[in-house]
Amino acid sequence: MSSSLRFEYQVSGEDFTRAGEASSDIKHKLKQMGVNPTAVRKVAIAMYEGEINMVIHGGGGEILVDILPDKIVMDLIDHGPGIADIDLAMQEGYSTAPDQIRSLGFGAGMGLPNMKKYSDEMDIFSTVGEGTTVHMVVNF
Amino acid sequence: MTLKEIRDLLKATLLTSTPDLSRTVHSAFSADMMSDVLAFVKDDCILITGLCNPQVMRTAEMLDLAAVIFVRGKKPDENMLRLAEDIGICVMVTDLTMFLTCGKLYSAGLDGVDGGAA
Ligand SMILES: Nc1ncnc2c1ncn2[C@@H]1O[C@H](COP(=O)(O)OP(=O)(O)OP(=O)(O)O)[C@@H](O)[C@H]1O
Ligand SMILES: [Mg+2]
Repeated sequence: MSSSLRFEYQVSGEDFTRAGEASSDIKHKLKQMGVNPTAVRKVAIAMYEGEINMVIHGGGGEILVDILPDKIVMDLIDHGPGIADIDLAMQEGYSTAPDQIRSLGFGAGMGLPNMKKYSDEMDIFSTVGEGTTVHMVVNF
Repeated sequence: MTLKEIRDLLKATLLTSTPDLSRTVHSAFSADMMSDVLAFVKDDCILITGLCNPQVMRTAEMLDLAAVIFVRGKKPDENMLRLAEDIGICVMVTDLTMFLTCGKLYSAGLDGVDGGAA
């Protein structure tokens, strides 16, 4: 890989069954490129958690992925309700997900801490009423 | 244990065209919350669950799980099975409850995922 590759995905906020398609596609691409399996796994888990959050909390949005020779940069952008207290949201077990989401297998308040754990860099930019952008980097 | 031994022990039905049932697995994790699966599963492992929706397959895909076992006869729909075939994951269904499924596999030597010790 000499230059960088950019991929863009639209994530529907309406269709829970399709959540994860973007993460799956990136996982395939990284595997094909021969990226080491540990890094592929980190990207897959971190991006999937973020993609699920965009669907269940953010009303869908857009994911921009840049694959560089030595790292991958992901920006998950939604125009949902935003996060009022990011430090609180980052705490394990904190969740505002309704019971209906829990019956689908999510909403334990583990996603954001898990994204932090599996990415090498993570920043959240959020404005209440405007939306949320989660920026993550995983080094290869 | 091999996937074949697991299938026989649980009297499970294989739902995918898994080419290699002789594949060996060492540990298992059981949960209905995919959040917990994503947070706790570390290595090559199988998932035992009573939750039946496409995100179970996606979760298994992201974690490179060898197999998913649905308990209490919960049968994934065609869409989920197609997804499983694409991903290349082995899917089985057993009539046993979650407790009995876990108990039988644990007694037969399958390990848990550490993390509960603290
Ligand atoms: N994109 C987002 N837009 C708005 N709020 C969000 C977003 N992502 C996370 N949050 C808020 O942060 C909380 C914690 O997120 P986190 O991913 O850790 O847990 P969860 O999604 O509720 O459950 P889990 O990830 O375990 O399934 C959420 O419950 C929600 O209130
Ligand atoms: Mg989450």
